[in-house]
Amino acid sequence: MSLRTPLGKVLGRGSAGEGTSHWWVQRVTAIALIPLTLWFAVSILGLPLNSYEAVSGWLGEPWVAVFTILLAITLAWHSWLGVQVVIEDYVHGKAAKTFLLLFSTFVHFAGAVAAVFAAMILAVS
Amino acid sequence: MDQRPLSPHLGVYKFTYTMSLSILHRITGVATSIAFVAFAWWLMALASGPEAYAAAMHCLSSPLAKLLLVGFTFSFVYHFCNGIRHLVWDTGRGLERAQARRSGLAVIVASLLLTALVVWLGCTALTVPVTP
Repeated sequence: MSLRTPLGKVLGRGSAGEGTSHWWVQRVTAIALIPLTLWFAVSILGLPLNSYEAVSGWLGEPWVAVFTILLAITLAWHSWLGVQVVIEDYVHGKAAKTFLLLFSTFVHFAGAVAAVFAAMILAVS
Repeated sequence: MDQRPLSPHLGVYKFTYTMSLSILHRITGVATSIAFVAFAWWLMALASGPEAYAAAMHCLSSPLAKLLLVGFTFSFVYHFCNGIRHLVWDTGRGLERAQARRSGLAVIVASLLLTALVVWLGCTALTVPVTP
């Protein structure tokens, strides 16, 4: 007889011990990225891109900054999860796999922090 | 450990074009990840001031960079369209063979058209004369 509750047995299953959360977060970020990327692409393509004043002026608006930061974080998160799966599926050497997973994690965090920091600078300058 | 049963590998299946759409989803996803790093770099250039932004835009105007940008555009647009196809599948709909083939064809046509549209809009956005 097991003293574990049925809930305790099923929570966090799978080899990574995180259950379905990886799969689920990838879907949640995917759905969030549909409006975020559409909004950003349509807006940026309507700007004269060679004009520093026009582009920095648009990104300096408060709500634009908020949604650009949301876009950067959601995109980095979704991309981090996706690249992780690709590395785990196709890179078989233990050292190479560990190195690439670490590299991907560092690049994604650095990219997200840089994009968020830049959006904040543009919003307050 | 070496004696564990293996599931049949890809080689045993007859090739259908939906297989290439599937692997293309991963390839375009990874390409869009690289584009994200470029996006962060571009935002940092913009935040660094007019000179840095002009230098970044000059860097993006080289033929190689333009080719990469078209590739990134197709990658993003394809991953976007096929991603919606995947989200529909997640609800249990559209999984019949004929339906999956039809939606795959729709994704290819939509991505090619949208890539052409974005490239055209991008060229227009880059050629607007800058008034000082």
